[in-house]
Amino acid sequence: MAEIVLNGVTKRYADGTLAVDHFDLDIADHEFIILVGPSGCGKSTTLNMIAGLEDISSGDLLIDGERVNDKAPRDRDIAMVFQSYALYPHMTVGENIAFPLKLAKVPAADITKRVQEAASMLDLTPYLDRKPANLSGGQRQRVAMGRAIVRSPKAFLMDEPLSNLDAKLRVQMRTTISRLQKNLGTTTIYVTHDQTEAMTLGDRIVLMRSGLVQQIGPPQELYDHPRNLFVAGFIGSPAMNFLPATVTPEALRTDAGDIPYGTRLRRALADHDVPPEVIVGIRPEAFQTEEVPGGASFTDTVDIVESLGAEKLAYFSLSVGAITSDHLADTAAFDADGQPQIVARLDPACDPREGRELTIWFSPDDVHLFDPSSGANLTEQNA
Amino acid sequence: MSARTEGARAERKLGLWLAAPAAVIMVAVTGWPIVYSFLLSLQRADLRFPEQQAWIGFENYGTVLSSPYWWNAFWVTLLITVVSVAFELVLGMLLAIAMYRTLVGRGLVRTVVLIPYGIVTVAAAYGWKYAWTPGTGWLANLLPDGTAPLTEQWPAIGIIIVAEIWKTTPFMALLLMAGLAVVPEELLRAASMDGATGWQRFTKVTLPLMKPAILVALLFRTLDAFRIFDNIYVLTNGAQNTSSVSIIAYHNLIGGLNLGIGSTMSVLILITVAIIAFVFIKIFGASAPGSERR
Amino acid sequence: MKLKWGLVDIAIVIYALIPVLWIVSLSFKDPSTITDGSFIPTKWTFDNYTGIFQNDDFTRGLVNSIGIGLISTFIAIVFGTMAAYAIARLAFPGKKLLVGFSLLIAMFPQISLVTPLFQIERSLGLFNTWLGLILPYITFALPLTIYTLAAFFKEIPWELEKAAKMDGATPYQAFWHVIVPLAAPGMVTTAILTFIMCWNDFLFAISLTSSNAARTAPATISFFTGSSQFEDPTGSIAAAAVVITIPIVIFVLFFQRRIVAGLTSGAVKG
Repeated sequence: MAEIVLNGVTKRYADGTLAVDHFDLDIADHEFIILVGPSGCGKSTTLNMIAGLEDISSGDLLIDGERVNDKAPRDRDIAMVFQSYALYPHMTVGENIAFPLKLAKVPAADITKRVQEAASMLDLTPYLDRKPANLSGGQRQRVAMGRAIVRSPKAFLMDEPLSNLDAKLRVQMRTTISRLQKNLGTTTIYVTHDQTEAMTLGDRIVLMRSGLVQQIGPPQELYDHPRNLFVAGFIGSPAMNFLPATVTPEALRTDAGDIPYGTRLRRALADHDVPPEVIVGIRPEAFQTEEVPGGASFTDTVDIVESLGAEKLAYFSLSVGAITSDHLADTAAFDADGQPQIVARLDPACDPREGRELTIWFSPDDVHLFDPSSGANLTEQNA
Repeated sequence: MSARTEGARAERKLGLWLAAPAAVIMVAVTGWPIVYSFLLSLQRADLRFPEQQAWIGFENYGTVLSSPYWWNAFWVTLLITVVSVAFELVLGMLLAIAMYRTLVGRGLVRTVVLIPYGIVTVAAAYGWKYAWTPGTGWLANLLPDGTAPLTEQWPAIGIIIVAEIWKTTPFMALLLMAGLAVVPEELLRAASMDGATGWQRFTKVTLPLMKPAILVALLFRTLDAFRIFDNIYVLTNGAQNTSSVSIIAYHNLIGGLNLGIGSTMSVLILITVAIIAFVFIKIFGASAPGSERR
Repeated sequence: MKLKWGLVDIAIVIYALIPVLWIVSLSFKDPSTITDGSFIPTKWTFDNYTGIFQNDDFTRGLVNSIGIGLISTFIAIVFGTMAAYAIARLAFPGKKLLVGFSLLIAMFPQISLVTPLFQIERSLGLFNTWLGLILPYITFALPLTIYTLAAFFKEIPWELEKAAKMDGATPYQAFWHVIVPLAAPGMVTTAILTFIMCWNDFLFAISLTSSNAARTAPATISFFTGSSQFEDPTGSIAAAAVVITIPIVIFVLFFQRRIVAGLTSGAVKG
């Protein structure tokens, strides 16, 4: 069990590329931290630096108050689960799990006992004598977990441990990992590119992009109060709708229709130096087909309806004007051709028809306002 | 640029230490001899007349390059190289496809094919020699009486080429088979769905994808064929104008003890090999294996 | 379809075996029938074999071949493994140079080394010694071992070593417990290929030796003038050729799968 502190941790490669830029984070004991972001954002590099597999160019890494920058991985007492599981193919499941204990010169009787415990915790007891090649993907994943938990390390590091599993097994293993972490209470740092995993697993999420931390906070906070365009576009599925808008004295003017200023927007205009052209962000789930008192509405032809059972997604054909902001690159907010389309997540009871007109309502208090040049969320106090 | 970190420095040090012994041996056994060879080529150096040793500039090169024996050996070597590599490519490709596609006795075929590769070249060469020796040989006895193919220039060169092809085609086939394995089966299925015939699938899909493997195999076999020695030494020992460049360089050294001329030939052979390699790598774009980083 | 492939297979087997069977047949022929030109011996004898094994030059040549081959292979594998591991896994200055230089040597015409080595070894007293052959053999074997082993090392997932580090292994333990067990098949294969290469050499063996002190078996055969009183050495040469071929053929048959993998891995994946 450990507290892990990253103080201005930076990774700069020999060719000058900056992979991680001044990463600051205090991880409390027992905490489950998720590092998430698009590929190449520096999340795996950060994990490898904590593991000791990559050098820290500058900054300090502290485990339980002790600076460990220059310590070899084996002296940091942390375990890691790899994306490929990295099981030793020439060892049986039992030998794989026992390997870290053997290296630590734990007495043989002790090793057997602890391997048994770990195996039963992960339902691996019947497979202890098998070689990894004869296991299914899910079983291999559990062996990798077993090897990590068997020596009760100070912390677990997990590098996209579920990305090689099929969708159903991934959901199952997600709960297994969550339960295991809660039972053991071991500090865990978990890297993923999947925002659903990030939202469901972590106590706190660290969202990264191009080596820079974008926002740190509990999942709900990142969803409700995204600090900038990138966070808003990355968290949530389907992604937030973005429309270009002009600030006029009466209302926000968009191609889809005017949005009256509610209390939230008025405060944003008062608190911040708002440029005349802004980007409006509305979550698909903020829309409804019933009229919202004092709310705004868009009316347009429905292009496509996706019925998901518990909900319906309506895509509108209206072109709302292209948004050119590189803050939104790498997020799911744009389809390939870059044309934004408005998506509404609607109650399954309503009946949108493709090709017909539909009016969707929303409250101006659910609208986020972003500065197109800085990407900052103007509706947030701390922006 | 930040200073190099502790780990990177340790890695560099370990890498250098691990690579050092191999590098030192390779440089020591080839580096100095090459320089020495070049120096010898600029001298009159005949072990039979040691007192005549002197620096003579590029005179040896003039001697060799104006010698009809050298040019005959050069063209014979080139002919053997081109003909045998061409046959090896075609035969090797057929063999590779057979080994790759066959289901009946696949293990047997793949094993048997390794025998020519594994056999000592000199041993095989004696087999060929006796087979074509009148009276002794079963192949010679198929010829009209009184013909002794190994004592005539062209038939002898032909036999040398056959011996060379027999021995090295399996190696070529194995390299090409590895290239065949690189072509995804799905791509070939897609091509046949697009209406390609078997021949079209081979020429339009398989061959282009195999190009790197083919070029590497050709490069290595061409350079290997150019240094042909063992087969000729046993079959004719260079008689009837069947010498390769390696054979006459050897005879100048061991038979003639003429270090100056022998070294000059060594240098010329080295230059020729370098040109061949350059042509393959620059013009055909053969990628040197191992050139990519980790 | 099956029949067609069957015929192709038979053709391949004939192609590979006929020349070998011919020399085996020759080695069993009685001196009186050796010039009868028959593919199958009409009169069988073991005399050729007993003859060559009573020939000291040949038995000495076999000892030289085995000794020089084993020592060269061992050293080439040790140094080659070290260099290959560095090339496959570590970042160090001069790596590209080493790879390029190995490639250069793989393409190098041996004859170009024979003349200077002949002279250098004579002045260093290495001429006609085991070491005099071992050195060039190691040199020409190293590119092969480095390329083949580097290809094998690259196939071992990088993450296994990282996992070993995370499991608390020192670099030495990671190498010994994880890399070596996984690389062992590759090292065996490479060792076989290297040994075959050394065993096969003829040019250095006849150029850098002058007596049976270091002359290897293939070179010895070329100096046969008749193992015993027989004038004609044909039978003896055939028997000797079979003897030096058999160990290699056995190796090849036994390790067929691995040799194919070894021969092709270096060339395709680099």
